[in-house]
Amino acid sequence: MKLSRRKFMKIAGVSAAGLTAAVTGVAPLTGIAAEEVKGPAYQAKGLTAKRWGMAMFVNRLQDPALIKQIAESCHKPHNVPNIPGDQEIKWIWADSYAKSFPDSLAETAKDHNFEDLMSKRFLLLCNHCENPACTKVCPTGATFKREDGIVVMDPHRCMGCRYCMVGCPYGARSFNFHNPSDFLEDVNQRYPRRMRGVVEKCNFCTERLAEGKLPYCVEASDGAIVFGDLGDRDSEISKLLRENYSLLRKPSLGTGPNVYYII
Amino acid sequence: MLDRLLKGSPLFYIWLVAIGGLIAIGGVAYIVQLIFGLSVTGLSRDVSWGLYIAQFNFFGGVAASVAVVLIPAFLHNYKPFHKLVTLAIFMGIAAASMAGLFILVDLGQPQRMLNVMLHPSPNSMMFWDNVAIFGYMGLFMFVGWVLLEHERAGMEPPCWMKPVIILAVACTLFFQIVEGLILQGLPGRHYWLSAIVTPRFIASAFSAGPSILLLLCFLLKRLIGFDIGEAATRTMSKIITYAMALNVFFYLMEVFTAFYSGTPGHMHPIAFLFTGHEGQIYWINFWMWGAAALALFSLALLLLPSTRNNMRLLPWILMMLVGSAWIDKSLGMMIGGMTPNVFETITKYTPSLAEILICLGVLGIGITTLTIFWKIVLDVKKQAGEY
Repeated sequence: MKLSRRKFMKIAGVSAAGLTAAVTGVAPLTGIAAEEVKGPAYQAKGLTAKRWGMAMFVNRLQDPALIKQIAESCHKPHNVPNIPGDQEIKWIWADSYAKSFPDSLAETAKDHNFEDLMSKRFLLLCNHCENPACTKVCPTGATFKREDGIVVMDPHRCMGCRYCMVGCPYGARSFNFHNPSDFLEDVNQRYPRRMRGVVEKCNFCTERLAEGKLPYCVEASDGAIVFGDLGDRDSEISKLLRENYSLLRKPSLGTGPNVYYII
Repeated sequence: MLDRLLKGSPLFYIWLVAIGGLIAIGGVAYIVQLIFGLSVTGLSRDVSWGLYIAQFNFFGGVAASVAVVLIPAFLHNYKPFHKLVTLAIFMGIAAASMAGLFILVDLGQPQRMLNVMLHPSPNSMMFWDNVAIFGYMGLFMFVGWVLLEHERAGMEPPCWMKPVIILAVACTLFFQIVEGLILQGLPGRHYWLSAIVTPRFIASAFSAGPSILLLLCFLLKRLIGFDIGEAATRTMSKIITYAMALNVFFYLMEVFTAFYSGTPGHMHPIAFLFTGHEGQIYWINFWMWGAAALALFSLALLLLPSTRNNMRLLPWILMMLVGSAWIDKSLGMMIGGMTPNVFETITKYTPSLAEILICLGVLGIGITTLTIFWKIVLDVKKQAGEY
């Protein structure tokens, strides 16, 4: 019998959910309940969406202390090591306009660029693209897009060929050149560490969404980052994006990024 | 036929031991990489592919170039190439095994290599490349062995060999096309996002691969007196000339597209490769100018019949050609694709000592494979009275 880990988790989750429901008597095991529940039991109260997306109020994300706090709020619980040098690992970080939106700059306009915008910092992370270049090139299916649009990594299947890093036009992915555990001060035992030789990146906090919580960065941003369902026209984020002018990173490439920058 | 390896001249064994030393050094470097991970390389978050994949590009091309011998020999029944067939096939096998090994040493988790087969992902060109490498090795081991057995028995190849050879030719083209497509379809890499990349790969392969084969044949002539004959040499050098002319032409097309359109993304990698960035010169600049000079000079000498047919000059021309093709297809192709990085800034990449030693080790394995197979092939040829 062929049973992948993911499938096993699904079946186990559905069974556990069914059992819990039957025992507590909240909902009898009718089959309908089992159908509604996707994934492990705790996902019963998880957040779901057609297409998860993010919008950032750039002007409210300029304080270096806040940026640091947001990055740490993500990196610490996700056991992202702090490695100095260019073999670093980062899931979310801040960079200049020029590096974030390089194709929006013209050599001839370099003396006339809007200084306010040029001096701004932009929080960069995985764009959880609609047509991700990274999942397309992965030779093992170790990185894939979920039904809710989140692009995730299976670090146990990744063989470390780094083709996804070459494919990603946003530089969102990091490779564990070193053993990450050597660079972790305190380990969060509730989230797995990675091993050396695999690629990792932002996962839109799938583990938190499953528990009904918003991503760490959203929580730490004090309302400056909005997270929601882009597939729902009536969601807060959809309304917000209709009312505000926003930027996307390299939209001409056709990857369909789902992280918006409201300026 | 393997027993022939036991009856070699002292020089043969000294050579094997010397190359064994090279492999041992590469092996030690690889063990160091296994212990400390890819942190021992010069690679970084922004430059995630380097010398290993660069060598994979080049030697994959050498493997694919066997088609240049097979097509005339079997599909056009061009007699002077018959002497070359088995030599070319086993050179291809040695090159393909190197290409495979260069991928292997590049992996962060090499023990998971077979995940490519366990979880086949047809959307990934890397998956198809794996299929191509294994298909190539299997097919050519079979073809090479059958042809060699018939050569030993003094028989013509069996008639069913022709469709197998056609399949093998298709396999070589598939190998080289897929190798180009690995790079060609990535939206964020300006230097690679060009329809001419794969044609360039093929032109480069079909000029550099046969050049290496010819150079090795010149060596054989000096060492053991095996001569492929003037007709074969002349035809081969003509094919090399055409392929090299296309290779240079394709590159110039790339340069025109970039600089006539003036599109920054298109221009930056080429400008970086030749002139560095903001007045700063990088080591690759010297190599690229060297490659350009060697390419144009060798092509000019190949185009002139008087120099092309000069058997004393030809080896030098071919060496220049191989040097330029190697720089362009390995270092140039890889560094040009990764610099500027996706943030349009420069992240410097210099291969580390470990990377270079591991590459030399893989090269050693390729040379050993070639030596062993060619020893058998040449013994068979000697017995058949070919030299």
